[in-house]
Amino acid sequence: MKELAAQFEMHYPRGAKIAAEFSRPATGFSITAVFGPSGCGKTTVLRCLAGLERPQKGTIAFGSDVWFDGKQGIYRSPRERNIGFLFQEYALFPHLNVAQNIGYGLRRQKAPERQQFVHELLNRFGLSGLADRYPNQISGGQQQRVALARTLALRPSLLLLDEPLSALDTMLREQMRLELRHLLTDVAVPMFLVTHDRHEAMALADHLIVMDEGRILQSGPVQEVFARPNDERVARMVGVETLHKGRVVERSNATTTVAVGSVRLISLANNPIEEDVLICIRAEDVEIAPAAKAFDDRPNCLAATIRHVVSDGAMLRLDLDCGFALSALLPRWATSSLNLEVGSVVPAHIPEEAVHLIPQFATN
Amino acid sequence: MDSTALWLTLRLAALTTTILLAVGLPLAWWLATTRWSGRFLVEAVVSLPLVLPPTVLGFYILMATGPNSPLGAAYESTTGGRLPFTFQGILLASILYNLPFAVRPFTAALMGVDRRLIEASWCLGESRLSTFFRVVLPLSWPGILTGLVLTFAHCVGEFGVVLMVGGNIPGVTRTLSISIYDNVQALNYAAAGQTAFWLVLFSFLVLCITYALGRRGIPF
Repeated sequence: MKELAAQFEMHYPRGAKIAAEFSRPATGFSITAVFGPSGCGKTTVLRCLAGLERPQKGTIAFGSDVWFDGKQGIYRSPRERNIGFLFQEYALFPHLNVAQNIGYGLRRQKAPERQQFVHELLNRFGLSGLADRYPNQISGGQQQRVALARTLALRPSLLLLDEPLSALDTMLREQMRLELRHLLTDVAVPMFLVTHDRHEAMALADHLIVMDEGRILQSGPVQEVFARPNDERVARMVGVETLHKGRVVERSNATTTVAVGSVRLISLANNPIEEDVLICIRAEDVEIAPAAKAFDDRPNCLAATIRHVVSDGAMLRLDLDCGFALSALLPRWATSSLNLEVGSVVPAHIPEEAVHLIPQFATN
Repeated sequence: MDSTALWLTLRLAALTTTILLAVGLPLAWWLATTRWSGRFLVEAVVSLPLVLPPTVLGFYILMATGPNSPLGAAYESTTGGRLPFTFQGILLASILYNLPFAVRPFTAALMGVDRRLIEASWCLGESRLSTFFRVVLPLSWPGILTGLVLTFAHCVGEFGVVLMVGGNIPGVTRTLSISIYDNVQALNYAAAGQTAFWLVLFSFLVLCITYALGRRGIPF
């Protein structure tokens, strides 16, 4: 299969170093999110893929096209890579109107063809009627669609998006997240998306590359990385709510029993060879039963005292004490039959597959 | 007013401005985009005429272009002419002397263009050169025009360097400002006053245009 394979190092004069190694399919629809805090080097990775930045070492190949090879001195410019780049603030040309912006890269087409194509794009991106407006006369969401239409007009074989939603205000961002995913599903090319927002990564991407301090910490399918971070830093970055130190007390073929303080939890993980582990539990995996009936004899059933109840939009966040601090996130509709008063005790159930263990040596 | 001197001055100013557009714009573009740490050296050299007495610059140009100098000898062997005390000589002097008046506003204007717009154009398949003409120039022309107007105006009022390199030869190197000096030396105050008045008016108009353009900014 045709692959985008990258393995490179980029050094900045002031000592910062960014190293990346990954490979992703080079054909068909896929969205890879490069996720990490600001300053972690994720935008540099994107710029190296685009050819806007030249690494010092390594190789970048798109299928059989070598885009960069440090040893052989190969370095293709952005225009030789046939990529599309969506800039953070969209970088629309302020001296050109919407139609001229979209048609900017189509100079080699004949005028009637170009006009026809631009017209189609205006319709497809819901911009008809705005053709004669200038970028400062349209909204942020419209600007994003113009930028996307301008980039896709050239039919790139790889689309790179740098923080596509960060220029929008919070309310619009939620709405545009869905709209963007919708617009992108029609584009049958691989995409790389840089974001510092884990909700954005989760909503838009299907593959995640987690970066911090210039290095890739973990890479894999989004759900996998969110559910099974391979070290504490990744666990914190992807927002695992409950993180506790524990000790392995018993191992069997299928399960591992760990002790957190005086509480014992059973995990389906059978990987840890270390005694000391970090226990990760995502709040949305925790189940709460009505006080009257408990979870029978299922493992990992605990009596939990409610410490705090915080409303989080359509969700309710509970801070529980069940021998250790535990967070639970419940949809509001599921809480109507529960008596969730601060101080009351409710049965909490943590499914065995939701107890993820990180061997402790991994963090040191 | 001395019409020969007026014509000569306009010709000198127009040629200087044109050549500085051709030479100064690439230099300014390089200055605006380079990441080289020695950039300040080039900037300092370009700005030198701002602080240097015109006589000092004129002196060195005269020395460098004399028939005994390598540059003067090379010029003489290729063109058969000489640089000191000729129109070509004062043109060269005027180009060097006006370098900062063109390059500095050019650089400021080019640096004002958002880098991402340039990169966006590259990513949309345009070359560096066509990006310059399709994105950079349309967004920076007011600043570039300011540089051209300032250069032209400064060139019209030039005195010291032209006198050092060109002397005072009617129809060849005698510009308007030299004709004023000449008239005053000859106690012909009426002629000097007339020329001076027109130069004041001209300079004032030029500055009005410059500031009006600066205020208006980019017209969209």
